[in-house]
Amino acid sequence: MTLLDFARGPALQWSIIIFAVGTLIRLFGAAFMLRNKVLSKPRKSDWVRGGFRTILTRTLPAPVFEKRIRFQHYAGYIWHIGFFITLLFFQLHILFFKGLFGISWPGLPNDVIMVTGAITAAVLVALLVRRMTNPVLRIISTIDDYISWLVTLAPIITGMMAYAHMGFRYETMLAIHLLSVAVLLVWIPFGKLIHIFLVFPSRYQQGAKFERRGVRA
Amino acid sequence: MRKDQTLGEVLRQQGVSRRGFLKFCAATASMMALSPAMVPQIARALENARRPSVIWLSFQECTGCTESLTRSHTPTVEGLIFDVISLDYHHTLQAASGTHAEEAREQAMEENRGKYLLVVDGSIPVGNPGYSTIAGISNLEMLKETAAGAAAIVSVGSCAAFGGIPHANPNPTGAVGVSELITDKPIINVSGCPPIPAVITGVLAQYLTFGKIPELDHLGRPVAFYGKNIHDRCYRRPFYERGQFAETFDDEGARKGWCLYKLGCKGPITYNACAVTKWNDGVSFPIQSGHGCLGCSEPNFWDLGGFYKPLAQATMTTGTVIAGAAAAGAALGAGAALLGRSRQKKFRKEVSEESKS
Repeated sequence: MTLLDFARGPALQWSIIIFAVGTLIRLFGAAFMLRNKVLSKPRKSDWVRGGFRTILTRTLPAPVFEKRIRFQHYAGYIWHIGFFITLLFFQLHILFFKGLFGISWPGLPNDVIMVTGAITAAVLVALLVRRMTNPVLRIISTIDDYISWLVTLAPIITGMMAYAHMGFRYETMLAIHLLSVAVLLVWIPFGKLIHIFLVFPSRYQQGAKFERRGVRA
Repeated sequence: MRKDQTLGEVLRQQGVSRRGFLKFCAATASMMALSPAMVPQIARALENARRPSVIWLSFQECTGCTESLTRSHTPTVEGLIFDVISLDYHHTLQAASGTHAEEAREQAMEENRGKYLLVVDGSIPVGNPGYSTIAGISNLEMLKETAAGAAAIVSVGSCAAFGGIPHANPNPTGAVGVSELITDKPIINVSGCPPIPAVITGVLAQYLTFGKIPELDHLGRPVAFYGKNIHDRCYRRPFYERGQFAETFDDEGARKGWCLYKLGCKGPITYNACAVTKWNDGVSFPIQSGHGCLGCSEPNFWDLGGFYKPLAQATMTTGTVIAGAAAAGAALGAGAALLGRSRQKKFRKEVSEESKS
């Protein structure tokens, strides 16, 4: 079995299984966790509205912190959007999803994807530099942050290299790219990348809880 | 035709002009990525080369490799070069049969011990020896016996080089290539299903010219012919760069000659000279004819996940696998969550009782 056979076959299969099982265990665990009974009298009754409002309001930086976190906040937007454009609108990625789910959709021109991928990778590198040079960020960063950064950047870099036929032979670069995707999938349920699924539910929960207490979150 | 004639003498007898011969030498030098300055040397070496004895063994094969080499419509210089090799044993092409054929092989081995070239096509079954025999001799036994006195071995075709189609899963005969069985002789793998005729003659010409095997890649193939992948030399490559792909074999993209990657073309992972040398005297090659490359010069090409499965797709993962994993994850997650809840309740109860007491 060649490296590419391994990457296209067992590696992707098991990483997807681990990703699906691991993620659902975490999501179910969080959803059914026993919560404390709320004994206080609610100050406001429309918690649902408060929850959804918080989902929206936290898409922008809090005014009080805006100056300090502006760069990382908007840079975060740039690379997240770039990542999803690259993931969902590169024609060969659509081909990959078609192989899994049988559905496809129109893609973007390759040049657009390459530029987007390059911007995404550059912003990720800039954010790492900031994380390592900013004293506060450096102190609160854990190994989880660095691993999450690495497994997110690796598929972008290896994918661009495979597409451009750079580095190793094409079959080796494609295998490395697919293996980097496998590592990303395996890491998602066990690290901070689980926020992909929890970011909006946790915002909602926070907003609903604060609304009940009469606090605007 | 006398065996001690030089190649130059034979070619002149066949009516090949000096100009035609030098053109062949220049083309050979070009194919092998040699300097033009080497052309006179190639011509001199080929002109003075004695007809080498060649023993051609065919094992588990379909005769496609021999067909590839012999079914040319016009007598090319390459064809003549092949004619003037002393092909002492080839059970498809030789007139003799039965014991006479085997005697010819044994005689050639005896007379040219240590000097003859052994060409093999077809894989060798290492399971039951009775799977493939010639004159009652198993393929394995015949290979070992003939290889012992050979100067070098040329494995023609993917079957002889890597096991090929007989080696495909589940490999019922235990088929393997020559290099898995013979380790003490120089082996040149001329893979392909079949290999390009010009590649076979090019390899033989290089062996005749320099008296040694050419530079080989990690799979034992001549770098001059197998150094670049089909994709890098494909005339449809610009369409890949622009993201223009044929989605089916008869859509607008296919008619416009766009890239066949999405239709399962294995050109990006296949190393061969098809896109440059082409087939049928340079007329075309599979991609030019509208079909993706099958990757036939690579090991295990039959088991690369399907000829029409694009390289960018997973080979084992399906929607069913994902649905199964999701169902298992949901069940495990629900179970773990319920267990967690009961433990939480128990813990709270214990804390509550402790605080009361």
